[in-house]
Amino acid sequence: MTAASAVPEPPPEADPAHWRGVAPDPNADRSLAEDSDPAAVARLRARSRALLADVLRPHRARLGTAVALLLTQNAAAMSGPYLVMLGIDRAIEPLRAGEPGPLIAVAVSFAAAAGIEYAARRGFLTISARIGQAVLLDLRRRVYAHFLHLPVAFHERYTSGRMISRLTSDIDSIAELVDGGVESLVMAALTIVSVAGILLWLDLPLASVTLLAFPLLFWLSRWFARASASAYRRTREAMALVIVHFVESMRGIRAVQAYRRQARNQHIFDSVNDDYRRSSRHAFHLIATYSPGIKLIGNVTVAVVLCYGGARVLGGDTGVGVLAAFLLYLRRFFEPMQELSQFYNSLQSATAGLEKLAGVLDERPSVAEPTRPVPLPDGPARGAVRFHGVSFGYRPDSPILTELDLAIPAGQTVALIGPTGAGKSTVAKLLARFHDPDSGTVTLGGVDLREVADAELRRAMVLVTQETHLYGGTVADNIRFGRPDADDAAVEAAARAIGAHDFISALPDGYATEVHRRGGRLSAGQRQLVAFARAFLADPAVLILDEATSSLDVPTERLVQQALGSILRDRTALVIAHRLSTVETADRVLVLDRGRIVEDGPPAELIVGGGRYADLHRQWRDSLL
Amino acid sequence: MAAGSGGGPADRGEIRRHPLRNLWRLRRYLRPHAVEFGWLMLAGLAATGAGIAVPLVAQRVVDGPVARRDLTGLFLLAGLALLLGLAEALLIFIRRWVQSSSSVAMEAAIRTDVYAHLQGLSASFHDRWPSGQLLSRITSDLSVLRRFLSFGLFFLVLNLVTYLVVVVLLIRLHPALGMLVAASAVPLFLIARRFGRHYHVASRRMQDQQGDVATLVEETAQGLRTMKAYGRGPQLAARFAASTEALHDTGIGKGRLLARTSALLDLVPNLTLGTVLVAGAAAVAGGRLTIGQLVAFVSLQLMLIWPVQSLGWIIANGQEAATAADRIQEVLDTRPAIADRPVAIALVRSTVRGRLRFEGVGFRYPGSAVPVLRGLDLTVEPGETVAVVGATGSGKSTLLSLVPRLHDVSAGRITLDGHDLRALRLASLRGLVGVAFEEPTLFSMSVWENLTLGRPDAGEDEVRAALALAQAEFAYDLPWGLRTRLGEQGLSLSGGQRQRLALARAVLIRPAVLVLDDPLSALDVHTEALVESALKRVLRNTTALLVVHRPSTIALADRVALLEHGRITAVGTHTELLAGVPTYRGLLSAEPAAASIAGTPTSTDPTPGGSPLVLS
Repeated sequence: MTAASAVPEPPPEADPAHWRGVAPDPNADRSLAEDSDPAAVARLRARSRALLADVLRPHRARLGTAVALLLTQNAAAMSGPYLVMLGIDRAIEPLRAGEPGPLIAVAVSFAAAAGIEYAARRGFLTISARIGQAVLLDLRRRVYAHFLHLPVAFHERYTSGRMISRLTSDIDSIAELVDGGVESLVMAALTIVSVAGILLWLDLPLASVTLLAFPLLFWLSRWFARASASAYRRTREAMALVIVHFVESMRGIRAVQAYRRQARNQHIFDSVNDDYRRSSRHAFHLIATYSPGIKLIGNVTVAVVLCYGGARVLGGDTGVGVLAAFLLYLRRFFEPMQELSQFYNSLQSATAGLEKLAGVLDERPSVAEPTRPVPLPDGPARGAVRFHGVSFGYRPDSPILTELDLAIPAGQTVALIGPTGAGKSTVAKLLARFHDPDSGTVTLGGVDLREVADAELRRAMVLVTQETHLYGGTVADNIRFGRPDADDAAVEAAARAIGAHDFISALPDGYATEVHRRGGRLSAGQRQLVAFARAFLADPAVLILDEATSSLDVPTERLVQQALGSILRDRTALVIAHRLSTVETADRVLVLDRGRIVEDGPPAELIVGGGRYADLHRQWRDSLL
Repeated sequence: MAAGSGGGPADRGEIRRHPLRNLWRLRRYLRPHAVEFGWLMLAGLAATGAGIAVPLVAQRVVDGPVARRDLTGLFLLAGLALLLGLAEALLIFIRRWVQSSSSVAMEAAIRTDVYAHLQGLSASFHDRWPSGQLLSRITSDLSVLRRFLSFGLFFLVLNLVTYLVVVVLLIRLHPALGMLVAASAVPLFLIARRFGRHYHVASRRMQDQQGDVATLVEETAQGLRTMKAYGRGPQLAARFAASTEALHDTGIGKGRLLARTSALLDLVPNLTLGTVLVAGAAAVAGGRLTIGQLVAFVSLQLMLIWPVQSLGWIIANGQEAATAADRIQEVLDTRPAIADRPVAIALVRSTVRGRLRFEGVGFRYPGSAVPVLRGLDLTVEPGETVAVVGATGSGKSTLLSLVPRLHDVSAGRITLDGHDLRALRLASLRGLVGVAFEEPTLFSMSVWENLTLGRPDAGEDEVRAALALAQAEFAYDLPWGLRTRLGEQGLSLSGGQRQRLALARAVLIRPAVLVLDDPLSALDVHTEALVESALKRVLRNTTALLVVHRPSTIALADRVALLEHGRITAVGTHTELLAGVPTYRGLLSAEPAAASIAGTPTSTDPTPGGSPLVLS
């Protein structure tokens, strides 16, 4: 602890264990996968099995090859001791007689077997690595694509830390299994089955005594399966919390340092980290019990066989050779059992990871892609927007909008104003289809947004918000995000149009400047300009600006304002702004209060009336120079 | 867009002095568990001994009591086998139990230290390092280390011991053949060394790529709204596909390497066995060896197969642990650029007057050639409020970040009551300075926790007062009041609401110096007026530095400083500057007729491809 140690520990009374706060429901930030209801868990297990079968399906042929190679390897390995026997029993006598033939034959067979084993093992491991990696690739992509597909509302409660946890630590737990588990599983299963067969063939009564161990093994395994499944589920969840906290503290490091938050953060991190330590220790203790438990059953069985078999030999019921063979085989029987328990453990851990992934894949987007999309009309009608009896709330008990009706003809620029929390951003989000209304419809070009294919909707409409995100890459890449096929000239033209060209060309590498992490080096205003250029390049029929100019200084805003004049000319625009300079140029002003439109008209008309807009406008005028 | 290629500034592929050096350096985490580790080694060896003894006893049973028809002897020996079996299971249980407790404890201890260290590293470090890369270090890398500590290391020791013991026994049994077996260690060593080298490179690449993937995922989560707004899912998916493809290819390469080595590690003992068989058979035929000796030799040699076979896995595990240790040490070795000096002093809040002075301050971001600030002079008198005005990108926010020492000046100095900021203890300085950033940073915790970020001991009343000042009483109307958990980054709140919470947080610490970066930009005119009048009361006896874009907010300031080209070019009251400084007027005037401003693009033709922009 470096800087942290300089700060005293917070007093215990200021440390409510509930630092995380209360969420609408305890599972709010979880996917179905983290539900603890038994029925849900059972459903989930079934789904994760289905998912596994699904990702393995394309590799059926390879799996077949892998099994064939494994069998070959096994046969070759098994032939080793047999050839040793042959060499000792059959080759030494002829050699004494000066006949090296048999020994040479054995040596050649031995070399051949070793060669085959080498090739088969190498082939098997290569193929199984291929299958494993392909499965991991498939899972990563599927889950990632699904995350992209899930609506903003989902991500708001799920948190990015959890998303990261799913795509890193949970996948890792599966990778661990893929890396080493499969081989030992197949080998062990093969050995156990074949040895059991041999035992039964050797001496039925003695084998029956051995088989008495089976119910015990079964019972122990079932206990382990149950206990470890819930233990590993807890582990994965504890890990997700560690990741959530870690990611947030690193992202907010400026606030953390400026507020000397380190000690308190360390405190919280230590507690989630310790939860993870305890939950994984618990899981490891389970395997620490299970694995020697298997060993114990095996050892006791050996002692019993020794005793009972010895007595049978004494009674003349069976031969010494059989007993010797029996004991040797018994060893080969319980040895892989041990490996199997190890494998079982990684399997349980991977299953818990897979369940989390299946749970994510199982989330149905609340904003769904239409099954039969309706195309948007071409031509001027494309940009007509209509809210029809729209009600919406983020929580059922507190509606933000009630029965909102609003028609914006194509090409009109509408300014939406009102106090913070009036629902302005909600209108913007509904129009951009980040959410679907609880009741009523939002239409674009006469088509319900729920019936428009996402790709088409995004071509037609762009939302620019106050939070401007810049992706890793160059400034040009970030502008090009608006239209991926745009050439450099188009990118530059967009930047010029918005007045961003000058600052961009003054950057060290101009348009090729890397914006670093979350645009670290660009100021908030510069980032907004880039976001504007991006929207301009996208050239949508409808442009929604949600406080998109708040970080600009006055002259720059004025420039953007001028640019907007021509940019918005042929488009429908919904502009949310606190600064009324933006509003003045609109065709129409809507004043929103508590989810209702209280004033509606051209700005010049509203100023004359004695309404809210006139009030705000006067205040704003006063605030200017 | 490039996938933020990897290990941050870490010089990837740099050849270390010794690949295991960093792993060895982590031994300090093993030290508290040294006694446990000793015990579990003993338990492990004893368990192995017991395991070997059981078949020996079984052999005795067959050769002795059964042959001699001695029922009592049979029961005695069977009882011994049972005891040995119980002992073995018990010893394994003890080993695994102790091992799991200590290995997870070590993992947690390292994670805690890495986190603590990261919290102490300066903002410029975090600007350079994507948090995905840091994250993969405290997750994937640490679990690799844990696996090594709990299995790899243990089996490495155990298998080496087994190998040595068996080889010694073999040499005693038959020196010539024994030496042959011992000689087989040479190719094994060569294979292992070669594998180790290649695997080291591959696993480092893999771990870095895992970090890249984590970074990409993190960035996707960050930019989710933008992605949704533009419908760029397919593009991001393609980017992710490329990054996972790289990981996939590395994984396959690693798999191939492991496949070849494992197969070779199988082949060598097999060929040795064949050679021993042929040579042994010849020796028996020549009468230099008995058949019994040959059988004993061969069965003893079979005991070597597992230790050799597992060698590949153990080396792989060890190499991964070594690279994981490298990656963790990379972070731990980064010294905080901003830290307390050995003789740093702490100021007492009540004695602080709050005279903030910038003397010839210059600043450039690490790795950047262009200075953001140069030769900046400014004095803020105790209790005075100074607004900083400047064009977009003129360095206003950078200037503010110097006050709580999120960055250190590159030239000149900043003093508080005459003390160089760098001579103060960081904790003391940051306890005196309240900051609200333009982009409010909120965490997915309760509102209370977010508000009391800088003062965990704040009382109910103080919080209430701070909320009232910032016009943020809406927080009480949230479903569970201040206990309500905010969504990530508080994104479920409106921009204005977030800004007001951040402001409440800043005033809550009762700062001697308040630093506010455009703190009211997202507020509507009405709320802004309310916040301003409340803020005025606070600012009356607090030294404050504000970044301001709007004329309305400037009313808060006693004086205004104009920031141009990285230095302060004019200081005065708002009215003075308006009258005397055209640039200032241009920056704040809503009138479009204002003269063009230095460094600020002006253009009358905003259409794409229009006339070239005019720069004054």
